[in-house]
Amino acid sequence: MASWGEASQSRLIGKRIARLSGKDKVTGKAKYTYDINRPGMLYARILRSDVAHAAVMDIDLSQAEALPGVKAVIPLTEAGRNLRYQGQEIAAVAAETDDIAKDALRLIFVELEELPFVVTEADAMAENAPQIRDWEGNQSKPGINEQGNVQAAFEEAAVTVEATYHTPVQTHVCLETHGHVTEWTDDQNLTVWASTQAVFGVRNDFARRFEIPANQVRVITEHMGGGFGSKFGPGVEGHTAAQLSRITGLPVKLMLTRRAEHLVAGNRPSMTQHVKAGASSDGRLVAYDMRGYGTGGISSGAGFQAPYVYHVENRKTERFNVATNAGNQRAMRAPGHPQGAFAMDSLMDELAEKLGMNPLEFRRINDSSEVRQAQYTLGAQEIGWHRRNTVPGSGTGVKKRGMGVGSGQWGGGGGRGTQARVTINADGTVEAVTGTQDIGTGIRTAIAIIVAEEFGLAPTDISVKVGDSGPGLPSGGSGGSQTTASVAPVIKTAAMAAKQKLFEHVAPLLKAPVDDLRVGTGTIYVASDRTNTVTWNQAAGLLGQESISEGGNWDQELRQGGVAGTQFAEVEVDTQTGNVQVLKIVAVQDCGLAINRLTTESQINGGVVMGLGQTLLEERIMDPQTGRMLNANLEDYKVPGTYEIPEIKSIVFDTHRKVTGVGEPPCIPTLGAIANAVYNAIGVRIRELPITPDKVLTALAEKKA
Amino acid sequence: MSEKEKEEKKGTNISRRSFLKGVGTGTVAATVAPATILVGDPETAEAQTDEAISKSEIQLNINDQVVQIEVEARTTLLSVLRDGIDTQGNYVDLTGAKLICDKGECGGCTVLVDGKPVYACMMLAMDAQGKQITTVEGIANGDELHPVQDAFIQHDALMCGFCTPGFIVSSVALLNENKKPTLTEIKEGLSGNTCRCGTYPFIFDAVETASQKM
Repeated sequence: MASWGEASQSRLIGKRIARLSGKDKVTGKAKYTYDINRPGMLYARILRSDVAHAAVMDIDLSQAEALPGVKAVIPLTEAGRNLRYQGQEIAAVAAETDDIAKDALRLIFVELEELPFVVTEADAMAENAPQIRDWEGNQSKPGINEQGNVQAAFEEAAVTVEATYHTPVQTHVCLETHGHVTEWTDDQNLTVWASTQAVFGVRNDFARRFEIPANQVRVITEHMGGGFGSKFGPGVEGHTAAQLSRITGLPVKLMLTRRAEHLVAGNRPSMTQHVKAGASSDGRLVAYDMRGYGTGGISSGAGFQAPYVYHVENRKTERFNVATNAGNQRAMRAPGHPQGAFAMDSLMDELAEKLGMNPLEFRRINDSSEVRQAQYTLGAQEIGWHRRNTVPGSGTGVKKRGMGVGSGQWGGGGGRGTQARVTINADGTVEAVTGTQDIGTGIRTAIAIIVAEEFGLAPTDISVKVGDSGPGLPSGGSGGSQTTASVAPVIKTAAMAAKQKLFEHVAPLLKAPVDDLRVGTGTIYVASDRTNTVTWNQAAGLLGQESISEGGNWDQELRQGGVAGTQFAEVEVDTQTGNVQVLKIVAVQDCGLAINRLTTESQINGGVVMGLGQTLLEERIMDPQTGRMLNANLEDYKVPGTYEIPEIKSIVFDTHRKVTGVGEPPCIPTLGAIANAVYNAIGVRIRELPITPDKVLTALAEKKA
Repeated sequence: MSEKEKEEKKGTNISRRSFLKGVGTGTVAATVAPATILVGDPETAEAQTDEAISKSEIQLNINDQVVQIEVEARTTLLSVLRDGIDTQGNYVDLTGAKLICDKGECGGCTVLVDGKPVYACMMLAMDAQGKQITTVEGIANGDELHPVQDAFIQHDALMCGFCTPGFIVSSVALLNENKKPTLTEIKEGLSGNTCRCGTYPFIFDAVETASQKM
């Protein structure tokens, strides 16, 4: 049975190893979809609605078509149809240069009749609001879940807290916007460079859309500039590029503008929770009643986790979606979890305070995860939990410090559907091929580490080919923190099979049985006589014309689902400016077996930074008067920059030797940890994210009054 | 649409912005009669048909190579680097610098112009004439990486890598000015660059390591 072996036996797995793509990325050689330049390539742009809701009366493309340098103009809607959010597609242009395409967009004449719209949850739910989709009152049918006896439990509770928590819509802000370069070699064969986190999903989508066999679509994603859950399909822009390419017979590049990226390329839905919860005098969470909603724009899918992490025997939840005239939500890093964690961790602290308990102790009582119990101890030591204000807001001076804690959980653990091939050539070179994609998490390097460990080679000796559907070795999309746990077992078993085959060639030479052979560092030797050895290259040389090429299988024993995490934050709040500076985050994150500790730490850092952004900075601001997003750029939509970055202590918390995954979970506990630290610093609770200076100052003023 | 109607539409000459300014909408205005919105810019139409946009041939010194290229007045330096086709018909193909925000907010397109970090999306190609332009492709000395590049790899100061070229160039510029920056100075020096993967902590470590080796 396959296993990853003991940590002490691992030469590479679990060590800190520089990623293979590093050199290409620091020298500018790495080619992203956006960097692909093909001979004769056209540039395409999309004309988008600049209003929230309108009926299309007329579209006139003739002047755009007549502009010199324009090769094709196509409508993406038609008279009689409705545009239901700002940014929705009207028409597209392909031209010889990007500037000509820009000019041509201004030459498309459209007549729209504006329709009533709602862009905020409050407006959508207001009496007499215009109904914008097939939901009465713009609200989906609520999902109701009840367990235990909530009413009786509240009577038992020693303390109760009633509060409303809100998180706004957050956008993904992929630095490489969504987009494709499309090229038809003939009318039945399409090559697509796609900025995607699902190479094979995109291949199959294009095949269906253009009614050609899937193996006649080749999708290439050698590098991609961030997806965070928003890049699983080609979208309108992908289909449009391929359509323009087909019409013109030329390669077409169509990348979304930064503005469109905010408007139409997905977002994390908002969340509003009205929650009432009760705890017993001995610190048990006994009753929980929550009614909540969120908006995913014109689409559904605005779910969130509630209650979260901590166990409540008696609970009732009711949740629904609110429709607004805004772009569709898409999965975003740990969908539903960060917002749920913010509400729950805030609630936990509010209950603990009413009970007069240390919030960490209150968590310990209500958290059934043994892993997190250990993480609480480690994290508290690292942050110096004893230094926190026992009375919130009791610090002196203008700048006040505080500490908080938050928790999270995730699934991971991978799944079936990956095929891979590990090849040993007679010249000693090794190749590992699979159809997964490296979205920045470092799977390319993880694959090299696994194969190199198995063969006694260095990761740089392994040529890893991912991000290409050409070889016909499928793998799933990179979502749910599933990539490593889906791919690693297949690579590992393929490498084991290839090694076995090589041993069969070597055994006669060493005059030893196959099962007595082992790999050393660049060698193969006989276990019972370690002086009896050949180098890796000598062994491979025995292959002559026939390379070894083996596939693998998804071995259940090599992976496991379920991770726990906890984070502690220390913040400093300037009570004169309202600015919150995070000083330190301690992130204790379980991720199963970390194949590469260095890139795992990077993932944890990245999760913390994204969680920090959601807590303190990020918010899609919709103008109820004009129906437009007011901050669809990178100046007014704030993402964390260098000044916001605290000291981050990322602790890879080893629990077992099976691969699980870590992409999403580290962005979850950050919100509650920071929000609770702000409360601990100033003694006023802010229940609505992001915690911006205006909210801090208002809260402080209300406290004074 | 008939020619006559088009003429009429041109005649109204109402830009979307000015039109919408006058129309309060949303739930408040649900009772107001539907407003007609005209999309399209008749002025552009006229400008385009009146005369062809003029182009000039210029020379740029990029990574110690002369690039001969035809540009419009509006062509940015970034556009030359990424999309430009030189007078020989070859792509300039220096795609390391990235267009991310398109308005000087993110630093993804940072290059050195006479040694100073500049957002290439904010500089017109014509203004770059007679200057020494260094892109991320010109930072290494042949096969020998710059200490900043080495340190970025060693510290994993990159994930998806899309912002990395901008950070590399900004870091080199910072260390050229300040050999031993403090953490605060590193944050200040790189404050014009944005990373969405959240690589910052390791970027700070990398710059510090590089500063010790330079």
